[in-house]
Amino acid sequence: MGEEFNPSKPIYLQLVDRISWEIIKGERKTGEKLPSVREMAIQSGVNPNTVSRTYNELERMEIVETKRGQGTFVTEQKEKLIQLREQLKINHIQNFIEEMKQMGFSSEDMIDGIRTYVTNEKENQS
Amino acid sequence: MITFENVSKRYLTKQALTDVSISIPTGKIIGLVGSNGSGKSTFMKMIAGLVSPSKGNVMIDQELTSRRTANKVAYLSELDAYYSFFSVKETIHFFATQFQDFDIEKAHEIIDFMEVDINQKVKHLSKGNRGRLKIALTLAREVPIILMDEPLSGLDPMVRDSIVKGLLSFIDLEKQTVIITTHEVTEIEPLLEMVIAIRNGKVLALEDVETIRERDRMRIVDWLKKLYLEEA
Repeated sequence: MGEEFNPSKPIYLQLVDRISWEIIKGERKTGEKLPSVREMAIQSGVNPNTVSRTYNELERMEIVETKRGQGTFVTEQKEKLIQLREQLKINHIQNFIEEMKQMGFSSEDMIDGIRTYVTNEKENQS
Repeated sequence: MITFENVSKRYLTKQALTDVSISIPTGKIIGLVGSNGSGKSTFMKMIAGLVSPSKGNVMIDQELTSRRTANKVAYLSELDAYYSFFSVKETIHFFATQFQDFDIEKAHEIIDFMEVDINQKVKHLSKGNRGRLKIALTLAREVPIILMDEPLSGLDPMVRDSIVKGLLSFIDLEKQTVIITTHEVTEIEPLLEMVIAIRNGKVLALEDVETIRERDRMRIVDWLKKLYLEEA
């Protein structure tokens, strides 16, 4: 049945995250048409009014544009997508830092940890 | 809009609803949740005009519900009430003779979408396909209110999935309101926009499901448990 959703966050925001993520990963290209509200609702097993709300939010974020009578499209303004990518980066870093702090790591611990991890990964690849 | 004004219902030995007042907004898919015997079916049947209140008023667009308002409501009951010697096709045509608002073409479209063989006799249909047929017969009516009492119960996950997809494909929330009771509430949670909690014949809450997620950080089931504890 549809997909799993986190019970402690509104579904419309989870769909915003998911679609943003798909755009950043290039699974949805600039200028590409998104499924209609109904199609998206059927694909994800979600209430159509929730999908409308998702599209409105994406539009407010200027990641998509609605063309009257034609549907909703991923924006062609590259700079908006670059902004989105930056924003997602910051969000991920914030989450990471918050969780690390809760475990009692200092900023230095985190930076050291990342540096060591990245170096090891490079060595393993070569 | 559906309105209950101080509605009570007493059967011979049992108080089914007690002083229920609620206005149900239109254009939404709404879950009606509560434990067995909490009054869900009575609540639904009153909207359908099949049960009249002992006290108070139930209205659809300010008109008291009765057999006359039944032309505004499609009601899918828990029970199977079809002529088993009819084929699927004959059942559709029979329904078309019973309801003026029945859209034969739409019924065929839904049956097609759900991949049910139109020539099969109803008595030879699997339980899953009978469930699908019931959905098709309900959704093919062009009415503002659709009531579904346990549309998923006893059906396997594939059938449940096709019923949910069928529902999403063929309802029009600009014109229709859907009320669903189900014990599989977690499964259809993303489908619901609002939820009505009912317990011992009393409506405890009418709430936006996204609000429950954001404010209470809970699934509907856990929210319902919390409400039940608070009331107990």
